[in-house]
Amino acid sequence: MNWTTWIRRWLLREIPMEDLLPDELPAYVHSYVYYFGVLTLASFLMLVVSGVILVIFGPQWWHVSAAGLFVNSIHFWSVQAFFFFMVLHLWAQFFMAAWRGGRGLNWVTGVVLFLVSILTAFTGFLSQQNFDSQWIALQGKDAFNALGVGGFFNILNFGQIYGLHIVVLPLVLALLIGVHLYLVRSKGVVTPLLDQAAPNKEAHHDE
Amino acid sequence: MSERARQQYRGYRMVQADLVKELAIAFAVIAGLVVVLAILFSSPDQPTLTAQQVATAHPAELEATAIHILDGQNLIAAYGPPYNHGSGSVQKIGFFSPQTWAGVTLPLDAPDVFILSPLSRVAPLDPALGVALSTFRAASPSQKATWETSYQGALDHARVVNGQLLMPPSHSGPLPVILGAYLNLAKSGALEAIINLNGRTYQTDFTRALLVLQGAPLTRVAAGQELLGPEWGQMKEPGNYPGAVWLWFYTLLYQIPPYATSSVADLLAGATVGVVTLLFMFIPWIPGLRDIPRKVKIYRLIWREHYARHKK
Repeated sequence: MNWTTWIRRWLLREIPMEDLLPDELPAYVHSYVYYFGVLTLASFLMLVVSGVILVIFGPQWWHVSAAGLFVNSIHFWSVQAFFFFMVLHLWAQFFMAAWRGGRGLNWVTGVVLFLVSILTAFTGFLSQQNFDSQWIALQGKDAFNALGVGGFFNILNFGQIYGLHIVVLPLVLALLIGVHLYLVRSKGVVTPLLDQAAPNKEAHHDE
Repeated sequence: MSERARQQYRGYRMVQADLVKELAIAFAVIAGLVVVLAILFSSPDQPTLTAQQVATAHPAELEATAIHILDGQNLIAAYGPPYNHGSGSVQKIGFFSPQTWAGVTLPLDAPDVFILSPLSRVAPLDPALGVALSTFRAASPSQKATWETSYQGALDHARVVNGQLLMPPSHSGPLPVILGAYLNLAKSGALEAIINLNGRTYQTDFTRALLVLQGAPLTRVAAGQELLGPEWGQMKEPGNYPGAVWLWFYTLLYQIPPYATSSVADLLAGATVGVVTLLFMFIPWIPGLRDIPRKVKIYRLIWREHYARHKK
């Protein structure tokens, strides 16, 4: 078996380009709620851009440079935007019961994304090298120690936490976002719930 | 549109969409928003609390920290896994104690790591200190305990005059020399760096240096900014900046019984969050939970145009 051929055929079958980048969508997606996902993705991109600049100049830079503080501030507010829109997106998907029609795995990847994002933000707070990091590390260690993981995931070890924050966790996030978007595009957007307010003929779409 | 998508959306009115343009516009909006917020509000950056600051402004507090490291009453000295075999901070519910199961993986002998070894490194500069350290190390545990109790008694009556800690005389053997030198080492600003020395030039692990101020000194500063656990500190930033508000549920647990009053609060909260997270993750397959959206009917608002069109 030719692995390359197999993967190409699988990709073309599972996710044709016109589904990956569609230029037609059902009219019911015309709601502000559908912007929360793309705004979360845009915030993530902003986090990557500002984070890469901070990494290039090193973890001490933003404490001693006005430009560094400005880039750090962009990173800080991008985190707030990222979580703000992600939580709105999450609740919107919940109230739309967006797991219907075989989309359960996409809900699960969304929840895992939320959890990994929390861990990524946490390691970011720990990587600041200021009082905030010091306090969070010393308070937070008890929770990790109580759960038996403090020896391996040592939040007082700057090198370990910084590496996780700038490489490992962003890669995991990017990978999960890729899977999440792939599932959205391959399954299509979920159809509206059946409602007595609007009896329609699309019962077969609902479940 | 693929045949599969055509099947899926059969019966629904389709409209033109441009997802790439949408993402580009969203990125521009977010970029503009965070740049404006960065210009207006900057970001918090309060410097770390150092042993030098504590030794200068609160010398008695640093001395109390040091004496309790020696007598084993200090939080870290009595902690338990992963640092030592103490039991002061071990959390267990019945037989369930992952902390104990994980064992001592970051061994840390608090008196040696935080006090005796750092002072031994600078002892060549002060022969009297070298003699005092040798006397202390050679003493029996009961002799050490007697000195420590005596020193603690004297410390309770200490006064600070012009930044100097004045202690009444005590029968505490070599401890006045040892802990006097410790205070001076902290005042020099070199204490954390010496605690952290590991024989290698490059260093990225600050575990030991961070742990030394655990307890009263750090808690005092955090309390002044309402950052303690019972004050929702887990989701706060210093100053008036928004913190990790997404941790509201985890933080909430620490404000209510049984968590707020439990000695195993971290273990209880961790287990609770774990269970709630699993329930949240598997909502699509849990009857009752997965039916909530149908009952609260917020979806009517989200798809109001769709329902209005069909009603007509």
